[in-house]
Amino acid sequence: MSNSTTKSHAELAAAFNKDEPRVDWHDETLWWVRAKRDIAAHKLPEWELLRETASQIKNNVLSNLSSYLEQFEANALKNGLVVHWAADAAEHNQIIHKLLADRGINRMVKSKSMLTEECHLNEYLKEHGVDVIDSDLGERIVQLANEPPSHIVLPCIHKKKEEIGDIFHEHLGSAKGESDPKILTETARQHLREVFLTRRAALTGVNFAIAETGEFVICTNEGNADMGAHLAEIHIASMGLEKIIPERKHLGVFLRLLTRSATGQPITTYSSHFKKPQDGREIHIVIVDNGRSIQLGREDFRNSLKCIRCGACMNTCPVYRKSGGHSYHTAIAGPIGSILAPNLDMKKYADLPFASTLCGSCSNVCPVKINIHDQLYKWRQVIVKEGYSPTAKTIAMKAMAFTLSSPALYRTGGKVGRWVFKHAPFAVNNQQNPWFKHREMPKAPEQSFGEWYSKRKEEKK
Amino acid sequence: MKVALFVPCYVDQFYPGAAIATLQLLEKLGVDVHYPKNQTCCGQPMANSGYEHLTTGCNNLFVDNFSGYDYIVCPSGSCTLHIKEHLHSPEKEEQAIEIRKRVYELTEFLVDVLKVENLQANFPYKVGLHNSCHGLRGLKISQMSELVAPAFSKPAHLLNMVQGLELVQLGRQDDCCGFGGTFCVAEEAVSSKMGKDRVEDHIEHGAEYITSADLSCLMHMEGILRRQNSNVKVIHVAEILNHSSHE
Repeated sequence: MSNSTTKSHAELAAAFNKDEPRVDWHDETLWWVRAKRDIAAHKLPEWELLRETASQIKNNVLSNLSSYLEQFEANALKNGLVVHWAADAAEHNQIIHKLLADRGINRMVKSKSMLTEECHLNEYLKEHGVDVIDSDLGERIVQLANEPPSHIVLPCIHKKKEEIGDIFHEHLGSAKGESDPKILTETARQHLREVFLTRRAALTGVNFAIAETGEFVICTNEGNADMGAHLAEIHIASMGLEKIIPERKHLGVFLRLLTRSATGQPITTYSSHFKKPQDGREIHIVIVDNGRSIQLGREDFRNSLKCIRCGACMNTCPVYRKSGGHSYHTAIAGPIGSILAPNLDMKKYADLPFASTLCGSCSNVCPVKINIHDQLYKWRQVIVKEGYSPTAKTIAMKAMAFTLSSPALYRTGGKVGRWVFKHAPFAVNNQQNPWFKHREMPKAPEQSFGEWYSKRKEEKK
Repeated sequence: MKVALFVPCYVDQFYPGAAIATLQLLEKLGVDVHYPKNQTCCGQPMANSGYEHLTTGCNNLFVDNFSGYDYIVCPSGSCTLHIKEHLHSPEKEEQAIEIRKRVYELTEFLVDVLKVENLQANFPYKVGLHNSCHGLRGLKISQMSELVAPAFSKPAHLLNMVQGLELVQLGRQDDCCGFGGTFCVAEEAVSSKMGKDRVEDHIEHGAEYITSADLSCLMHMEGILRRQNSNVKVIHVAEILNHSSHE
């Protein structure tokens, strides 16, 4: 399911935009979620204070990350959990495979975990003969469609219900042409029930890990994490090392923010605490770095690690809404993905910080106040300086900077430009000019403001 | 009060009418306006493309042109924001800091500094106000729809003083128009779709004119409107505030 495409965001977005009614549908669906978020936020007069508090708690975590992680590990061990440390995606995948192989397990149920998407765990386990079934409904749909999720909270938001009906007909035996969401959900439920009852291993993500108590919290709306974890002999939880919060009382801040930001609900249907295993069962937690400590060391970008994966920045982002999650060709799409991905592979994701108008709406909806659009601007500077910008663009920018640094060159250039617009419009009004594809060029006036002003000055004398 | 008029490069070249209206409006309000004639560009096109390191020439020129004024006023939120956030000059950093403090977008200057309470202007049309992202979320000239905070809008406050003008309500009050500097060509498909949708919101709600404190957004939306042969026109907010049919 890995996205092996080398196409850029602009190319993938252009392809997505070939079907305009679909773009409209996608845009309106996501905007509807943004509007629900607004309603939920406006019901709390203390909303902005909550955001500020969450931001400060996370700042404290990032500044003391190693000691909170050690505190969490010590308390988790006391509770009877097993803690593993993974430096990168490969080690994460190996640890999980070994846990399964040692117990002779070759089938696992997995609830939502963007970290396992980031690590490409499903593909790795498949190559090693382990069958994984995603139990989140949206994730199951994209898994059956052999696609990656297009959104971190709403993995199959790019799929219409008729398309889901076709997928279920093919894979789960629902009636041909059936697209009633209730019936399709029931089909998935029956299918997943059998999976929950027969899998000996369950993998989940982690929303919050509490240093004070050594417990962790998983938020779902479907209860699928609980179903998997409670029925399996071994529960493996994959956790990015930034998921720590210092104390249990801080959960009150984050749980109030998370789902209001994500979907406009006051709280997730299930916010489940896992502290110690049942008798005869095991809980393992894999704490993963995978580039996070490098990001922590980048002063301008470290606070991207405050992210609690609510997806609000995607729902509000006009570029995301009109280009679709897959156009970002990375596990985490949208504005937050565009500031996280270059840390992992600057060359591969050099296009993402440019897939934005820097409108700033993302930073305003972010429940932990990450300055996402400022970081997009800063990543652009880093990417150019590291040499990942196209040569033609660099040449054009140098010429532009040279012209604009000289008043005489600027005035002559402007005059020539306006003359061309007026007398040789074919030079700009053609398909070589991306602007002209869907937009007319501005009309060139007789004189610039500078020229008008000089004349007025002369006349006044 | 000695005020320098900062006219962004593309306004100078393509929309002189907006700059003329800004100048005339400020003069009508009794302001002593100077136009430093060697000005070119704020450097934003390079900086937003990742080439902020190439803007030293523009920055030094800007500092030379705009030092020594009480205020610098600009009919563009985006260019004002760029100066406020990114104007640096290694040799003349103190002057650059002064300029960053003294630069104002036109509507915030009228409301916050001149404290304009009434205007002799009329414009008997239905007008849609486009909130430019940099004016809105950068300079905070209006309240942002994402925040739980009291509503206000400096451009709307001024437009409401104009006789005969009716502001239309929009479906999405502050969605981006998709211009985004070089984004408009680098991401042509998404950019033009965003522009189309923004324009549609204004048309659907009966706007005869679309106005804004930023001409870059208006230039983008004008390109879409003209391609559609629409009767709806764009007009810079200064041209409305300076408009009087008795003149």
